[in-house]
Amino acid sequence: MAVSPLFESWLRPDARGLYCVPGDFHIDPHQPAARAIITHGHSDHARPGHQSVLATGDTIAIMKLRLGAAAGEQLQALDYGLTLKVRDVRVRLVPAGHILGAAQVVIEYQGQRAVISGDYKRHADPTCAAFELVTCDLFVTEATFGLPVYRHEPALGEVRKLLSSLRDFPERTHQIGVYGLGKCQRLIATLRQAGYDKPVYLHGALRAMTDYYISRGVTLGEVPSVADTKDKLAGEVVLSPPSALGDLWSRRFADPLNGFASGWMRIRGRVRQRGVELPLIISDHCDWPELLQTITETGAGEIWVTHGREEALVHELTKRGLTARALALVGREDEAE
Amino acid sequence: MKAFASLLDRLTYTPSRLAKLTLMRNYFRSVPDPDRGYALAAFTDGLPIRFPLRRVLSEIGAARFDPELFRLSRHDVGDTAETVALIWPSTPVDSDDLHLPDIVAALSGAERGSHASLLTQWLDRLDPIGRWALLKFLGGAPRVGVSARLAKQAVADAFGRGIDEIEEVWHGLEPPYLPLFAWLEGKAAGPPAAATPVFRPLMLAHGLEEAEWEALPLDDFAAEWKWDGIRVQASGKGGVTRLFSRSGDDISQGFPEVAEAFRFEAVLDGELLVVRDGVVAPFGDLQQRLNRRTVTRSMMARYPAHVRFYDVLEIGGEDLRALPFTQRRARLEAWHRQQAPARSDLSALLNFASKDELKQSWEATRADGIEGLMLKRKAGPYLSGRPKGHWFKWKRAALTADCVLLYAQRGSGKRSSFYSDYTFGAWGEKDGAPWLVPVGKAYSGFTDAELEQIDRFVRQNTIERFGPVRSVTPKLVLEVAFDAVQVSSRHKSGIAMRFPRISRIRWDKPATEADTLETLKRLIVSPP
Repeated sequence: MAVSPLFESWLRPDARGLYCVPGDFHIDPHQPAARAIITHGHSDHARPGHQSVLATGDTIAIMKLRLGAAAGEQLQALDYGLTLKVRDVRVRLVPAGHILGAAQVVIEYQGQRAVISGDYKRHADPTCAAFELVTCDLFVTEATFGLPVYRHEPALGEVRKLLSSLRDFPERTHQIGVYGLGKCQRLIATLRQAGYDKPVYLHGALRAMTDYYISRGVTLGEVPSVADTKDKLAGEVVLSPPSALGDLWSRRFADPLNGFASGWMRIRGRVRQRGVELPLIISDHCDWPELLQTITETGAGEIWVTHGREEALVHELTKRGLTARALALVGREDEAE
Repeated sequence: MKAFASLLDRLTYTPSRLAKLTLMRNYFRSVPDPDRGYALAAFTDGLPIRFPLRRVLSEIGAARFDPELFRLSRHDVGDTAETVALIWPSTPVDSDDLHLPDIVAALSGAERGSHASLLTQWLDRLDPIGRWALLKFLGGAPRVGVSARLAKQAVADAFGRGIDEIEEVWHGLEPPYLPLFAWLEGKAAGPPAAATPVFRPLMLAHGLEEAEWEALPLDDFAAEWKWDGIRVQASGKGGVTRLFSRSGDDISQGFPEVAEAFRFEAVLDGELLVVRDGVVAPFGDLQQRLNRRTVTRSMMARYPAHVRFYDVLEIGGEDLRALPFTQRRARLEAWHRQQAPARSDLSALLNFASKDELKQSWEATRADGIEGLMLKRKAGPYLSGRPKGHWFKWKRAALTADCVLLYAQRGSGKRSSFYSDYTFGAWGEKDGAPWLVPVGKAYSGFTDAELEQIDRFVRQNTIERFGPVRSVTPKLVLEVAFDAVQVSSRHKSGIAMRFPRISRIRWDKPATEADTLETLKRLIVSPP
């Protein structure tokens, strides 16, 4: 696969991650870097210890919540849609639809435009700005769910599975494992869309991010902490980090029924492996059709695949006559979805 | 199809029996005929589906999908049928117009060459869970942890009936069981009792403790050996005899030679054993024949099946269950003398002059195939379930060994937050150095308080985690009780324990003082 030397001359992977030469910055470096542009606040993208950080205001706030002082020495917020000149390149952040604050990084240099999409999705999500398509010459994409077996159902339908289980088992606490940033708040918002207006109880580890979402105007209804009640919460919905499923912590509940909201719940082997009784296929990543749709719509002639099921995606894109290349960036955790 | 697919989907992930019953009960109540009847048939093996699924899947797969993408997908998913269900392109139609009855009807008239196109049309009309459920359904009995008996229990529960009432009429019915549901919903009279064999719920025994034995008025009881096989009910009617397991599942298919030999009109209670020249073989021999859907001639020759009868519930349509044990026994003996079915005999009543004599004689007996002693109240009727004070089982005092905890696994259901399944080892030798060989696994015998203590130990002494399993520092000694030690080629240790359970936690004992594999091997009772 020939890689156009034009792109590689100004944008290329190095030991820290993806590096923009004429702008002298990294995008989501996994080791401390002098200048970093961060696409979103998840820990495999927003690492601690960079000198200066450029990101959306929400991503910077999330990094401060997660990392404290290690979020970076100089933090600069850039609103969606505004263009900033960084040395010889022009940089713009555009909504990625992944979580609150998530952005695609659009870089223009000498008439070429590259879009580094970070993590993104096209499915509806009431808790963040919707993905915005930017046409480009080089599109850099992830491929967490880069196989045709991965197709995510509408989240509302998955939430209805949870509601139907609450009707079947009104005597059991429904404890759902969720990742604390993004998935948690999206699940609550989707429950509200489905008409569920009872309190949704939270594990302590989910509190700070959820409060941040609320402070940013995301409507989540009543979300009390489990720690503040002595009740066994029979027939209620409790959200916790996945690691608290079937843990000592869950013994306080009424015969807990374990659920897990993740794109991986599509695969039965993974559901069984985790001992999950109620799998909810809800993902904040693109599924296979979305990946192909997005890549096609960008009009890019060259595609770089950062991580995930890159072999399959590269195979499919090559078949379609595009130049595609797997970067195999280290440090990305596609399991944590 | 949506309701059925969603039921199958939930059942596969639901470990608890009660929760399974809840899901099925809600299904049978809410889904109309004839769909629910075909679903019931799927759970009870009532529909012999003949569909060349593997061949058709590979035929369709090769024609439809990019082989490289299919291979990579199959690798991620781990199962071909599931891969097809997931990779199949979804059409945006959100309709639910494909029904189980349509599928059953189309299958019965399908020609050999039309299978692929039928399947393609169906898959096009379903969502991913529907496609998965369809492939399960076409693959034969859907393995979702539901036995025929459990499905019938759910139907009974759904309409407030007893499962006995369902069993009574069951074998006279056919999918989609319209008369059954009409009767259950109070819209029609009950279907006639079946002209084919019916399962009658069994009478079960209580365990007997040493102290109770002392107090037992022995004159009121008859005594027999407790045979080490599996409990069966042989039920013959209208020229057909079925063998039912303790839970009411039909296991005749696995023992065709027995069903063939038992051509009688009676319902009998007994123990299924492997018997050679009148001698009962160890339980391991019988195990070779269990849980098989088909059985070969050589299996039947190597492990000849036999039933040792000990009670009778019905003869020639006459219900004998209300009679006292001694009278039933007399009827059983007379009947067996006259009919003398091959592959059967009677469990002898034991003669004894005193309690001490009986105790001594059974303690002295170390014969294979005898698991303990049964005591049955002479005046007692045959009652279903486990009535108090009628039948007692006294198992031989368990053997014990001190073993070391090696691995712990999380339980399921109420125990899902506890490490409650324990793999333990005994000392062996590898390359001249002592090492712990896993010798068994147990998940019972401890109290709730002890479970919490072991759980804490496991969490504090974890070496490695493998999904739901943790390996622990080998330092906790568990006293394990078991009924016997058998030779096993399946286990690395070369032995298998029968009914292992945790009898005590030896917090006091250092692991170095645990028992050796050699000691355990000396307990093996060699076959006669």
